[in-house]
Amino acid sequence: MIRIGDAPGVRRLLIGVALVLTALFLLLPLVAIFAQALMGGIDLYWQNLSDRYTLAAIGLTLLVTLLTVPINLVFGIFLAWLVTRFSFPGRRLLQTLIDIPFAVSPVVAGLVYLLLYGRNGWLGGWLDGYDIQIMFAWPGIVLVTIFVTCPFVARELIPLMQAQGAREEEAAVTLGASGWGGDLRVTLPALAHALLYGVILTNARAVGEFGAVSVVAGAIRGQTNTLPLQVEQLYQDYNTVGAFTSASLLALLALLTLAAKAALEWRAARRESLA
Amino acid sequence: MSIRISQIDKTYGTTRALAPIDLDIRDGELIGLLGPSGSGKTTLLRIVAGLEQADGGSIHFGEREVTQVHVRERRIGFVFQHYALFRHMSVFENVAFGLRALPRRQRPSNGEIRTRVMQLLEMVRLAAFAERFPAQLSGGQQQRVALARALALKPDVLLLDEPFGALDAKVRQELRRWLRHLHEELGFTSLFVTHDQEEALELSDRVVVMSNGRVEQIATPDTLYREPANRFVFEFLGDVNRLEGDVIEGRLTCGNASVSVPGVEPGRRELLLRPHEVHLAERAIPAAHLPVTVASIVPVGAEVRLELEADWLEEPWLASVSHAEFERLGITRGRRLFALPSRLHGFDAAGAQNVALPVG
Repeated sequence: MIRIGDAPGVRRLLIGVALVLTALFLLLPLVAIFAQALMGGIDLYWQNLSDRYTLAAIGLTLLVTLLTVPINLVFGIFLAWLVTRFSFPGRRLLQTLIDIPFAVSPVVAGLVYLLLYGRNGWLGGWLDGYDIQIMFAWPGIVLVTIFVTCPFVARELIPLMQAQGAREEEAAVTLGASGWGGDLRVTLPALAHALLYGVILTNARAVGEFGAVSVVAGAIRGQTNTLPLQVEQLYQDYNTVGAFTSASLLALLALLTLAAKAALEWRAARRESLA
Repeated sequence: MSIRISQIDKTYGTTRALAPIDLDIRDGELIGLLGPSGSGKTTLLRIVAGLEQADGGSIHFGEREVTQVHVRERRIGFVFQHYALFRHMSVFENVAFGLRALPRRQRPSNGEIRTRVMQLLEMVRLAAFAERFPAQLSGGQQQRVALARALALKPDVLLLDEPFGALDAKVRQELRRWLRHLHEELGFTSLFVTHDQEEALELSDRVVVMSNGRVEQIATPDTLYREPANRFVFEFLGDVNRLEGDVIEGRLTCGNASVSVPGVEPGRRELLLRPHEVHLAERAIPAAHLPVTVASIVPVGAEVRLELEADWLEEPWLASVSHAEFERLGITRGRRLFALPSRLHGFDAAGAQNVALPVG
C-alpha cells in the first residue's frame, strides 16, 4: 500500500526522531533513577532501603494499596453493572461523574477531603466528637487514594459490558441459570481480562499517588509518609541517594506493572489470532 | 406442546409494539413469524419466551398458563439472532451449560452429561469440534452449537430469533433443510422469526404475517401465496405488478390497453398480479389487449425473467416464463408482444378480491 509520507527518507527520519525522543524522555530518566540509587554502591543502597522511615513508608504504601484495590474492584464492578444493565433517571449523569477523579487535579481532591474531614470540616468535626481522626492519618490517605483511583476498573468494564449486551445473560437464563449463577459463570469470566487490567492500573496509581496524598498526609515521618512522599522528603533533606533508592522501588513497581500489562495484551492478542 | 396466545399486547412508551394478538399453535407445529423490521415479531417471540413482559393477555403452553412464569421455568429453548454463545467456554461446555445449571437433585452425573452433550453434538455434526471455542467456528457451525445448546434440556418449545439471518445464502439453505429434518425427527413445537419471505414459506407449516404490531394473516405458505388476505400480505410475499385504470361495465381501460374484469365495481381501480401470472402471446385476445415491449431478459434457474415496458404502464412489469415458452415465442429484446394475465388481484379496505381470467 502506498501512502502519504511513504518515501524511504521520510520514514527513516520519522523513526529516528521517535527513537531519539523516546530515549531522551523515557529511557534516560529511568536509567538515571537506578544509576543514582546505586551511586554509593550496593551496601549503601541496602542501608538506605532498611532505613526505619523508608520501611515505614513501604509498609504504609502496601497497606493503602491492599485496602484501595479490593474496595475499588468491588465498587467498579458495581458501578459498571449499574450503568450498563439498568436504565434509571440520572444514569448518564452518573456515567459522567465517574470521570471526575480523572478530571480534577489530585491536589484539589486532597483539599476537598481536608475541608470535609479535617477537624474543622463538616464531617471531620462530627467524627472528632467520637475521637476518630481521618486527616493526617492513614484513613485519610486511603480515602483520597480510593477517590483518585476509583474510575479505573469501571472504565475498563463499561465499554466491554456495553458491547457484550444482555444477550449472553439472557441465553444463560433461558438455559435455567439463576441470576447469580449466570453472572458468575457467564458474565464475569468474559470480563476477566478487563477486570485484571483495571486492577493493574488501580494498583499502579494507588502506589504512586502523590498530590492528593501529600495534602491529607501531613508528612509525619514514619507515620503518614507513603513511598512517593518519602522520596520527596528525602530529596528535600539533600539525601539524593536515599531519595533515588526509594524512587527506584517505585520505578521497579512501574516496570512490573508494564510487564504485567504487556503480558495480558499479548495473551489477548494470541487469543484473537486463534479465532 | 401447543401454545395459546390470547390478547397479548405491549407498548413501549408511546409506541404500540403489539396490538392485542391471538395465536393458536398446535402441538408439533413449525410456525414462522414473518414481517418487516418493527412489525413486532421479535417482541412477540420474546414475550412467548418470557424474556419480555406483556402489558396484558395470557399465554398457555398446553394446559399450563405461563404468563407469569419466569423464563427459567418455562421449559423453552431459545436461539438468539447472533447465537449468543458463551465465548470463554468450549463448544462442549456451551452445550452442557443448561444441564450443569439444573438444581442438584435433577442434575445428571458428569458421565451422563458427557453422553448427552456428545449425542447432541453428534446430531448437529460437530462432535469433532467439542473442545474448540466459539470464535474458532464458522457462523453456520456457531448456529448449530446454539441449536444444540437450546435443545439440551429437551424443551417443549423451541424459539428462534432470525436464526439464519447472519449467514450466507448457501449455508442458510442447508441449515433450513436441516432444521426442518430435526423438527420432524424430534417433534418439538417451534416458533421462529424471520424477515425473509422465502425462508418463512419454505420452513413453516403455517406463517404468521405481521406488520405494525398486528397479525395480517395466518395461513399455510400455499394459501398465503395464492390467497393473500390483504394488500400488505400480497406485496410483502413477492414481486408485484400494478395495473391502474378505469373500470366501465366490467372492462378496465388504461391508455390503449384494456382487459375484461368481470365482477369488478366500476370506477378508478388498481389491480395487482405476480410475475408468474403474466403470460405472453403474439396476438391479443378479446378478453385482454395489453401490448408490451420486452425491455430486458435475465435467465434465472428454471425460468426466464423479463422486464416489460409499455406506454400505459408507469412502472415496467416483471414476468417469469419457462424456457420452453421463451423459445417458442422467440423472445428477444425489443420484441413487441401481448400480456395475458391469468389472474388479477384487487384489494380494498374490506379485503381481497381475485379475478380469474382465461389465458388465451
